[in-house]
Amino acid sequence: MSLTEETRAPAVLPDAEAFSLIDAGGAAVPEKQRRGYDLPDIDVLKELYRRMVIARRWDTQVTALTRQGRLSTYPSARGQEASEIGTVAAMQDTDWLFPTYRDSIAVWSRGVPTAELLSGFRGDWHCGWDPNEHRTAPQATPLATQTLHAVGFATAAKLKNDPIATVAFIGDGATSEGDAHEGFNFAGVWQAPTVFVIQNNQYAISVPIAKQTRARMLADRAVGYGIPGYHVDGNDAAAVYTIVSEALERARSGGGPTIIECLTYRMEPHTNSDDPSRYRDAEDVAAWKDKDPIDRLEKYLTAQDAIDDALREEIAKESEDAAAAMRDAMNAEPALDPMELFEHVYNAPRPALLEQRNALKAELDEISDGGRVN
Amino acid sequence: MAKTTETAADPGVTQPAKAAKPLTMAAALNTAMRDALTEDSNVVIFGEDVGPLGGVFRITDGLTRDFGEDRVWDSPLAESGIIGTAIGMAMYGLRPIVEMQFDAFSYPAFEQIVSHVAKMRNRTRGRVSLPIVIRIPTSGGIGGVEHHSDSSEAYWTHTPGLTVVTPSNPADAYSMLREAIASDDPVIFLEPKSHYWMKEGTPQSGPALPMNKAAVVREGTDVTLLSYGPTVAVALKTAKLAEDEDLSVEVIDLRSLSPFDDETVGASVRKTSRAAVIHEAAQFGGYGAEVAARVTEREFYHLAAPILRITGADIPFPAPLLEKHYLPTPERILNALSTWEWEV
Ligand SMILES: Cc1ncc(C[n+]2csc(CCOP(=O)(O)OP(=O)(O)O)c2C)c(N)n1
Ligand SMILES: [Mg+2]
Repeated sequence: MSLTEETRAPAVLPDAEAFSLIDAGGAAVPEKQRRGYDLPDIDVLKELYRRMVIARRWDTQVTALTRQGRLSTYPSARGQEASEIGTVAAMQDTDWLFPTYRDSIAVWSRGVPTAELLSGFRGDWHCGWDPNEHRTAPQATPLATQTLHAVGFATAAKLKNDPIATVAFIGDGATSEGDAHEGFNFAGVWQAPTVFVIQNNQYAISVPIAKQTRARMLADRAVGYGIPGYHVDGNDAAAVYTIVSEALERARSGGGPTIIECLTYRMEPHTNSDDPSRYRDAEDVAAWKDKDPIDRLEKYLTAQDAIDDALREEIAKESEDAAAAMRDAMNAEPALDPMELFEHVYNAPRPALLEQRNALKAELDEISDGGRVN
Repeated sequence: MAKTTETAADPGVTQPAKAAKPLTMAAALNTAMRDALTEDSNVVIFGEDVGPLGGVFRITDGLTRDFGEDRVWDSPLAESGIIGTAIGMAMYGLRPIVEMQFDAFSYPAFEQIVSHVAKMRNRTRGRVSLPIVIRIPTSGGIGGVEHHSDSSEAYWTHTPGLTVVTPSNPADAYSMLREAIASDDPVIFLEPKSHYWMKEGTPQSGPALPMNKAAVVREGTDVTLLSYGPTVAVALKTAKLAEDEDLSVEVIDLRSLSPFDDETVGASVRKTSRAAVIHEAAQFGGYGAEVAARVTEREFYHLAAPILRITGADIPFPAPLLEKHYLPTPERILNALSTWEWEV
């Protein structure tokens, strides 16, 4: 087998109009505008709704605890639930997710327990979960670097004839990084089973998308790499779920990578220490609030008689449970062992590192013996 | 095809049968990769021109032909991409060997190496190891044009999480590369490009010295020269010339730059009480500074003189016609040693 294909990819520009199945008002998009796609099953939509509501409650609680100083920082994904949850819901258990710092609710949706998930933001260890157990890589902070990890992983799976796919989340600002280009290009050349989900939330900290690219839209990048590109309403969970599912299916069955731009909005500051009033208007935020991903799906499901008060109550209870579990997990003092700092740097033990470990041990013993504290 | 009797992970790694007769470092490296590809189906090789061409230095010559394009292949031309995808492959369970075409062209990959390759095991609390070998042709001496002669070792040795080794002869090239490939930790493997076609070095037949040990390549009693990669040959020449001056020079080939073999170096310095470290890279903040500092910290009361550094000057690597003025020579080393006070 060779990774590379002799045939050239056709040049197809994505539709400029963002693909949508349920509009901002909660109405199904008329069939003739659905480009041949059906809405997902009602059970899928209910599940998306349930997961988004709980995720938002969870995210809100993390932001609150961060304000109280319980976590050192937290980049919220409020407003981006359809992109985050819609993507993860489309994944199979055996697929791998390569998330960024922004995507905690996606990682949560992969089933990573809260205490493990937030250990990085609380500050007890950089990545608290076992990536192999949850098929979820550590959250990447160096922008766009994770795209290449996702492509390499997917390529290895392809070489071993393992029918899995990888998903790499990436932000709009991060698409300006060289690694984004290299990730897209390697994926195209090797026909890697990777789905790139660009969450265009309009800002990279304070810098708006217009200062990142002169292109009509980020999805247009795809054509330059010989990869199918999609421009999707990232606040429409039905649309995100549909397009990501199709892309993953194509990837798993040998059809190569896909670039999907999800048009969305970051409702919160970049992190708790950011001040968005310096760079964006309140009206802008309000306009996006009208396109809220959860409100619209709730309206749709209500109109379909698919949710009733009993279900709402059930979900509300699950949300409170998730928030309470999250609070408990974060309020419990983490068990920290300073000696562990030296444990994982190398597989092969190093005498010089052992010396430094023992020096810290001696320092700590002296302090606990009531000796000099400085 | 050359065969080993044990796996390279075993410290008792033996030389390939071929090593009994002199072979070039290029051939030794090629054989090491060939043997690893044969023994472990998870070993893959990719990079720029490493496929049908066999690499610009021909180190991967014939490997695509013999193992196929899904084991050894040409990647797109992007160093960060090469390292970044190697990371993903290693997470999946492969053991990638990647080539940076020249030392200075590893710099586009700096972020992937320093922020991910080096840190992955630690940040995941030991759950994800990255068994990646990053081969980098290194240093000068071949009249390379700009950006083709850098010695980048200090960037890597300063980075916790990386293992950095460099062979100086064909026998070590084979055994160290086998051990690097078998290592579960990522290894920066610096290949002195001026030595690729040299057959020097004693072919060994017994068990090879483990990758993390320094070797005393010449015994002496008056001075210890600490050298590695391309400067081992320079140190050996210096030792030979020093005989005329009745100076007995011990030469150490550090082999492993990180970790540093304190034991072997310490024992030698305690014997000779004088040491100098020799490298091609610029001096300020260079690897020699670390060597001088740590040997001084540990062996100060055995030292009769300050540890010297005979290195490249603190200038960018010169254009080819001027490189001879930059590279450390035996004469320059002997001159430096003569600046010490030698009581009789
Ligand atoms: C290589 C690199 N440069 C700079 C930063 C600092 N930084 C963190 S997030 C961020 C903005 C990224 O914006 P975007 O890609 O749009 O993602 P978002 O935060 O909006 O989800 C910056 C500049 C970084 N993490 N990595
Ligand atoms: Mg953004």
